[in-house]
Amino acid sequence: MWSGRLAWIPLLGPVALLVAIWHVAVALSGSPIFPTPWQVAVGLGDLARRGLLLKHVVASLFRVTCGYLLAAALAIPIGMLMGWFATAHAFLNPLVQGLRPISPIAWIPLAILWFGVGDLSPIFLIFLSSFFPMVVGTAAGVMTIDRKYLRAARNFEYRGFRLFRSVILPAALPQIVTGMRIGLGVAWLVVVAAEMIAVNSGLGYLIIDSRNAGNRYDLVVAGMLTIGVVGFLLDALMRGLERLDEVRWRYEA
Amino acid sequence: MRPKIEIRSVSKTFATRGGPVPVLDDLSFEVADGEFVAVIGPSGCGKSTLLGVLAGFERPDRGEVRVDGEPVREPGRKGMFIFQQPSLFPWLDLEQNLVFGLNGESAEARRALVAHYIALVGLDGFERAFPNQLSGGMQQRAELARALMVKPEILYLDEPFGALDALTRLRMRVELLRILSRERHTVLLVTHDVEEALHLADRVLVLSPRPARIQHVVEVTLPRPRALSDPLLIELKAGLLRELGVDERAGECS
Repeated sequence: MWSGRLAWIPLLGPVALLVAIWHVAVALSGSPIFPTPWQVAVGLGDLARRGLLLKHVVASLFRVTCGYLLAAALAIPIGMLMGWFATAHAFLNPLVQGLRPISPIAWIPLAILWFGVGDLSPIFLIFLSSFFPMVVGTAAGVMTIDRKYLRAARNFEYRGFRLFRSVILPAALPQIVTGMRIGLGVAWLVVVAAEMIAVNSGLGYLIIDSRNAGNRYDLVVAGMLTIGVVGFLLDALMRGLERLDEVRWRYEA
Repeated sequence: MRPKIEIRSVSKTFATRGGPVPVLDDLSFEVADGEFVAVIGPSGCGKSTLLGVLAGFERPDRGEVRVDGEPVREPGRKGMFIFQQPSLFPWLDLEQNLVFGLNGESAEARRALVAHYIALVGLDGFERAFPNQLSGGMQQRAELARALMVKPEILYLDEPFGALDALTRLRMRVELLRILSRERHTVLLVTHDVEEALHLADRVLVLSPRPARIQHVVEVTLPRPRALSDPLLIELKAGLLRELGVDERAGECS
């Protein structure tokens, strides 16, 4: 019922309600620090005009891209090895399962010790945060390949690289993509925290700096909103990947 | 003439938590080139294991299987296996599935083969369809076409129509006979459907309960196509059911 011309109601209705409650709450409490929605909008416009918004978004995206691609480049091959070879799984899985529950935030002191203050520390933290979901997703994807496909491929005399490229990879791809989507989501969560400590650009820096330099809570909330919007767009991008023909079969079976 | 397939003293035992379970016990038989042999037996008697051993998917503990005099070690394109669950690759469309087994044929040859086999199994117009867009019967016909594309000499059919409804199953049998009348194959069919075995095969082997031995052999000399209502076929069916320990008159039917 909420489609076509009415599609905007479930999308914008709750947002409008939240903004209204927010405005009334600030007005009633008379808080001198907490900004009204309008003040945040003005702050956002101000940041955009001065080019700061774009600069910080680009800085954050740059770090996420570096850390995330590095993680994917390592996690997907390692996950495939773990999924295919029982020995690789036996040796690597305890390590993965032991390191995975450690929040990337807990690594911040070590990151600063090893990589100093600069881009490398947040990139390392993003790498850590997105590596594990991708390893686990890829390994699970390969391990749960339906045996009947491998059997058919054996019957057609597919072996080695040909078997990998034509059967193992496409069969595991849906779960690899799901792991990549989760990994990117976590990377975007972690970049903000990492930027609060080690660098002087990015959305995380914008938030912490706005608070420290004169309690500019309008800019703090403006930064938070930007994080939300960019995160939403990144996830939409990954959901687009899940709709590809090569991936979709798994969800339609 | 040398038999197409020779099975010599094949035994196989599975290790289970409750100890070793012998599944196949010293089985020997031969299949002639172009012959259609059906294997029936009570469920769990090891007939699927037997077919897996014949096709090279499983190794026997003792004995050996030879095809054209060569011992079978690995499954291969010479003998294509079709089982109850269709194994079409869901990420490929029908045409891509059909050419999966081809090796280095020219684009033109591929197109000709696809056109031929898609028409043979009656799936014209579905070249671009993905497996999950096809019905169970259509998937099983596509599975058959994919196997036939590589020109196998032997077909191993493991209850190929078992997951289909009764009407589709009957239709698929007739289809299979029509296809086999055009292209010569040696066929081994595992089934628990006595009527299906008699409808299709030249020879029916009845296996005993586990560990499987050959308990009884029936030659079906009726010419094809066979009417299910043929008195001889009905008589053979009654005999086979008795052999399997089922009394039709007691109201139990296979």
